[in-house]
Amino acid sequence: MATTLYRILRHGLQNFWRQRLLSVATLIVMLLALLVFEWLIISSFIGGTALDAIQDKIDISVYFKTTIEEDKILDIQRTLQTLDEVKEVEYVSRQEALELFKERHKDDETISKALEELGDNPLSASLNIKAKNPEQYSVIATYLENDSLSEYIEKVDYRQNKVVIDRLTQIISLSKQAGLILIIVLTFAAVLVTFNTILLAIYSNKEEISIMRLVGASNFFIRGPYIVAGILYGTIAAIVGMIITTPIVLFISPHMKAFIPGMDLAGYFIHDLPLLFLYQLLFGIGIGVISSLIAIRKYLRI
Amino acid sequence: MITFQNVSKNYSCHEALTDINFKIAPQEFVSVVGRSGAGKSTVIKLLIGEERPTKGRIIVGQYDVGKLRPRDLPKLRRHVGTIFQDFRLLPSKTVFENISFALEVAGYPEREIPDIVMEVLDLVDLSGKERNFVNELSGGERQRVAIARAMVNKPDIIIADEPTGNLDPFNTVGIINLLTKINELGTTVILATHNKDIVDQLNRRVMVIENGRLVKDEKRGKYSVT
Repeated sequence: MATTLYRILRHGLQNFWRQRLLSVATLIVMLLALLVFEWLIISSFIGGTALDAIQDKIDISVYFKTTIEEDKILDIQRTLQTLDEVKEVEYVSRQEALELFKERHKDDETISKALEELGDNPLSASLNIKAKNPEQYSVIATYLENDSLSEYIEKVDYRQNKVVIDRLTQIISLSKQAGLILIIVLTFAAVLVTFNTILLAIYSNKEEISIMRLVGASNFFIRGPYIVAGILYGTIAAIVGMIITTPIVLFISPHMKAFIPGMDLAGYFIHDLPLLFLYQLLFGIGIGVISSLIAIRKYLRI
Repeated sequence: MITFQNVSKNYSCHEALTDINFKIAPQEFVSVVGRSGAGKSTVIKLLIGEERPTKGRIIVGQYDVGKLRPRDLPKLRRHVGTIFQDFRLLPSKTVFENISFALEVAGYPEREIPDIVMEVLDLVDLSGKERNFVNELSGGERQRVAIARAMVNKPDIIIADEPTGNLDPFNTVGIINLLTKINELGTTVILATHNKDIVDQLNRRVMVIENGRLVKDEKRGKYSVT
């Protein structure tokens, strides 16, 4: 068995080298398919991070009447945190709200003077609520509008921002669906093109396959070298794909950060490099081997 | 021993062979003659399991060819060397590799292969050409490589289908002499041809096939196709 495997490996490497032109052509197609696959993963990360960043900007602010005790507001914060729809609740006290307001308007003398003249803090304490999903804001808003809470609440800013929140939610949802469809379509196209290329490469060897059959080679012995070639295409294409992609990612990463704050593309890429390489390797070897097996099946009936 | 028992072969549009019966003893040299389309190649295809009989039984050595499972066909083919008019050599391999391939598929140990290949190359007078690729050889040389490959794992039977069809008279004589030599070394040879001169010179058993029927089978026959 070991001798047979050694011979299959040798014939596979020999065919790969002697049919260099065909091998390089197949390899290029496989490389393109893997680059499409790899950039779909990277794009999905970029898109996901961008959508998360937008999503993170959405929240509901609940402003409390100035007469309400801080302990009561903190009670409400704890209750809100137990809701399934709520991701986080941030408490902003009246004093913090005033300091933020002053900081924001420090260059505006009129506002600063008006505050001094007023003497008292006119601002309300508030809770800033983030939902797990944008679709859940309406549920949270309905909860806040119930009778037991309305006596403490001055204002909930959801209804005013509803149109913007709904529009953003729709865009985020559509973008995710479109991304998924794009990934499926492009992956399918890449697989199909690679499969056809390998099919044509094996088609050009059909005479050789029939001769091997005549000489008494078993199906395993005939298939083996083509499977070896499929593994080689996948492995080389995955390595070259990584060599091409790494510098591009490192180059564009700082530029992406400028567009989408908080996005660390290079960090993600380096952290997940082994996993990305493994995906590529499996994808490449998978297409290579499966295409070879299907293509050669036809000629083994000789 | 080869036996054809009431063998018929039908294709969808016509009957290629009808009720063929013959036996070939070990170490015989048999010429199968007939016009193009008479059914010679069908007999060859049936012998190597490339086609299955529609009716009847074909025994080649220990194998009942018509009943062989596809995965067992390689075993039969390792016992039957084949030579064709168009050589059927592997173009991407060297002379040495074409011949050693037949030994590799039969499971010969790696260390024994070089000596066996060189020995058989010497027999077909191709020593020194082992590193050449097939496209660097003449037609006669290619056919000798095909013969070397057919006989390298010492098959019981060699089947040659028009082996001289693409060769000049000089190379034709060389190939037939080689087949005769192989036969004298103990291998059964079945030669399908329509070269009258070869058959007449050989003066061996001749089977004549016409319109898919075996019309003549003579111990020391001449070429006599109507």
